[in-house]
Amino acid sequence: MIEIGLGHYLTLGAVIFSIGVIGIFLNRKNIIVILMSIELILLAVNINLVAFSIYLGDLAGQVFTLFILTVAAAEAAIGLAIIVVYFRNSGTIRVEEIDKLKG
Amino acid sequence: MIAHAIFFYTFSIIAVVSAIMVTASKNTVHSVFFLILDFISISCLFIMIGAEFLGMIMLIVYVGAVAVLFLFVVMMLNVAQQKNQWFAAKDSSKHIPVGLIISTLIFFEIIIVIGGWKYKPEIFDINNAIAQTSISNTHSLGQILYTDYIHVFQISGMILLVAMVGAIVLTFRHRSGVKRQSYIKQISRERAEAVEILEVQSNKGVKIDD
Repeated sequence: MIEIGLGHYLTLGAVIFSIGVIGIFLNRKNIIVILMSIELILLAVNINLVAFSIYLGDLAGQVFTLFILTVAAAEAAIGLAIIVVYFRNSGTIRVEEIDKLKG
Repeated sequence: MIAHAIFFYTFSIIAVVSAIMVTASKNTVHSVFFLILDFISISCLFIMIGAEFLGMIMLIVYVGAVAVLFLFVVMMLNVAQQKNQWFAAKDSSKHIPVGLIISTLIFFEIIIVIGGWKYKPEIFDINNAIAQTSISNTHSLGQILYTDYIHVFQISGMILLVAMVGAIVLTFRHRSGVKRQSYIKQISRERAEAVEILEVQSNKGVKIDD
């Protein structure tokens, strides 16, 4: 318990990943919270990569964390732009009312 | 070592609680603030285990850019209809047990994978980017980022460019009835269409604008 090892960080990553998945599944009202849950999932992946990189002494994990950060920022920008355009066109962003594709 | 454990548990408890609050909070603005708290505590963890460059970059990119972007969008859209009430809705509560079951399944799968994982001894022979202890984290990261991973680095720059152009194109709206400055019109204006010399007779004046 006192000795903090790789397993502690991996468990923290697993917990945050699961919370992100719960957020995507349980949220029926608000699409912005779904985007934030996706950010949480990417954060959990980053925790795993950095922990492996530090404890194995290999810097490649931190380099890939940088790239995941880049992709996450791009995804957030595009996703929020799409939400803004959708809100402008249809006047709502409630998840249950977004059913134009009849899916 | 005990300080390490104390800091790890403090920051990870803050991170997990704020992650729960991101999904469970009723107000979307509060969700964004808990997301910021989550990123800050995780970046403290990164700095603590020695990845200080990533911790700082995380603060700049997430707290400085992404979270502020979220806040702007939340405030631009109608906040009153964004109540996040998945516990209150009775008629559509069938998805709650399904979501809980699936996410706990995912959690225990990851835990089983972690529990069965061991160091392979030859893994230290195959890695190519060994962290050197004599130079700082930022220095060594820069040394391999600009040599071994330069192509991936350039591609990530292209991704950011495409995202920027895409966001601008998506949200750009051409309003009618707004007077705009047109450089082409201004530059291509000539003397013949702008100035006219008239012979003004005495006591008659000039009639213009007709």
